[in-house]
Amino acid sequence: MSDAVKGTVTTISPAEASAVPRAPSPKERAWEENTLKPTLEKSPERQSEFTTISGYPIRGLYTPADLTGWDPDRNLGFPGEPPYTRGIHSTMHRGRLWTMRQFAGFGTAEDTNQRFRYLLAQGQTGLSTAFDLPTLMGYDSDHPLSEGEVGKCGVAISSLADMEVLFDKIPLANVTTSMTINSPAAVIWAMYLAVAEKQGADWKKISGTLQNDILKEYIAQKEYIYPPEPSMRLVIDTFEFGMKNTPKFNTISISGYHIREAGSTAIQELAFTLRDGMEYVEWGIRRGMEVDQFVPQLSFFFNAHNDFFEEIAKYRAARRIWHKAMVERYGAKNARSWALRFHSQTAGCSLTAQQPYNNVVRTAIQALAAVLGGTQSLHTNSLDEAWALPTEFAATIALRTQQIIAHETGVTNTVDPLGGSYFVETLTNEIERGAWDYIQKIDAMGGMVAAIERSYPQREIAEASYRYQLAVDKKEKVIVGVNDYVAPEKPLDILQIDETVATRQSERLRKLRAERSQADVDRQLASVRKAAEGKDNLMPFLFDAVKAYATVGEICDAMRDVFGTYEEVAIT
Amino acid sequence: MPEKKIRVLIAKPGLDGHDRGAKVIARALRDAGMEVIYTGLRQTPEMIATAAVQEDVDVIGLSILSGAHNTICPELMNLLREKGMHDVTVLVGGIIPEADIPALKECGIAEIFLPGTSTQDIVEFIHKRLAH
Repeated sequence: MSDAVKGTVTTISPAEASAVPRAPSPKERAWEENTLKPTLEKSPERQSEFTTISGYPIRGLYTPADLTGWDPDRNLGFPGEPPYTRGIHSTMHRGRLWTMRQFAGFGTAEDTNQRFRYLLAQGQTGLSTAFDLPTLMGYDSDHPLSEGEVGKCGVAISSLADMEVLFDKIPLANVTTSMTINSPAAVIWAMYLAVAEKQGADWKKISGTLQNDILKEYIAQKEYIYPPEPSMRLVIDTFEFGMKNTPKFNTISISGYHIREAGSTAIQELAFTLRDGMEYVEWGIRRGMEVDQFVPQLSFFFNAHNDFFEEIAKYRAARRIWHKAMVERYGAKNARSWALRFHSQTAGCSLTAQQPYNNVVRTAIQALAAVLGGTQSLHTNSLDEAWALPTEFAATIALRTQQIIAHETGVTNTVDPLGGSYFVETLTNEIERGAWDYIQKIDAMGGMVAAIERSYPQREIAEASYRYQLAVDKKEKVIVGVNDYVAPEKPLDILQIDETVATRQSERLRKLRAERSQADVDRQLASVRKAAEGKDNLMPFLFDAVKAYATVGEICDAMRDVFGTYEEVAIT
Repeated sequence: MPEKKIRVLIAKPGLDGHDRGAKVIARALRDAGMEVIYTGLRQTPEMIATAAVQEDVDVIGLSILSGAHNTICPELMNLLREKGMHDVTVLVGGIIPEADIPALKECGIAEIFLPGTSTQDIVEFIHKRLAH
């Protein structure tokens, strides 16, 4: 950190990245004339245009001509120093491997607790919790709208009692936990902190990540409850609470993953995610917090898609953009605010239901891109996830994939091995420029909340997603086993979620409601409602409510009473 | 005389918000000359059946990825029958385990389209089905 603070702050400007036209050397021109041209005359290339999976055009060869004006000291720098192109740590994966963090959750808290303990026993180094749709939407398992959804896409958590079971025999003082929850994030986090407290773990030392990224919900994943304004207030409340009480906890994971899964291009993923990040920073500043006090707890989450080099360039560009924004826009002086830390997950949308074992290969290549791009933690998808949540067998192969990359391939032996590649550096510059174009457009709209309200990012993503589907339908983009190399096959053995989960959960809830002090619950819910009407930080009130065993649904309803709910304008 | 346009309701039932597939299909069917109404997110079977009656659609396309299909589909089919919509073609697209397909067809779902289906195949299916 101290080195970085001393380092000179220089970043490439978006215009600069592309302003210089290509200037081929006499030797390169001679090669074009004498070697390339005759070859093309004899046998033309396979396609008239080569593009990345995002549709970005790629040249046949990159040379120094693509990097005119590019200065390795300034544009590339050194790892652990601005502009962080090569990574945020000086030794990167030589010093410490990334955290192998497999997202898991299904059925009841007992079911998921067992899977967690299995994964830890297999050498996984961090936990990551998937919640079911009712929990994500702030409904209890016995709510009528939860019918058919309990425990299906993740674990059903309706109260602190479930959370206690979820982390039973897992010492939160020693394990870092990521929780994929957004609209009710503050409530679930309060439950997690309550479990930590019961276990006697020191809040100042516990570490983990709350996804808590509501903006990408409006943009892509659509699991929102409240309108943007009160939702953003809840996010900033967690920032403020975390800054004071849990300095090692990432209070947000600003996520491009879902934006990409919704069909965006790599540039859109990068631009919308980083602009979301800037939006959170701006709201935090407006709350009166010091940039360098809360920004170090902000983390990121990107997709690792099929197009190998495009992905690597995306991660490198992400670090450069964030550094520039933090320094130039927000005057951050702490290197921990400048350095973009990210989790990555291989692309769920790239998995095929057909010939599912091919997904192991796809996932391995995607994971390799994330590692070469300098990820801090990684989830690798399982081969059966185009069908269902993974079986233990499939989840183990996914974890082993990371272990093979870490220990057998040798890619961790040196930092940023692709640094200096004409192609990778050019693509990094171009992706950075493309992202800045979008960021400036969103600035001009008045920021991300305003852009979301006019459906701008949603529309851009829908366009890109449709373009890609047409390219697949026309076989311009080949998907092995789907639109080419098709073969008959046998069905796969998949995980079936026990249909008794909902009944067991409803029974647990009935018992909980009978055993807890209803007077206490009512009092706590009234305080939450009152606090929601005012301006106080909601976290302490939520914490008291969860400790009285008020349920996720009850607490979210108390806030629904005050905040109202959000309906998007559906665009197609 | 111009042919009457095929009317399609694309619906996203349940709590899931992943609407990429629903939107792509809505647009592809529209590009194929059909009249498409998209319900938006988080529609209950009741809301979908009511919209289908009001819009007098020929086809309902449900996008379900969450595993809730075994609950949602039979419920919707019953409601449609109660409302007298006996002729409507109901299609499901999404993540549906193969083992669940026979029961879904049994309750009246005309076809299930799994991940990887081309939009052209869906357009052709609808044309063929409505020609009968």
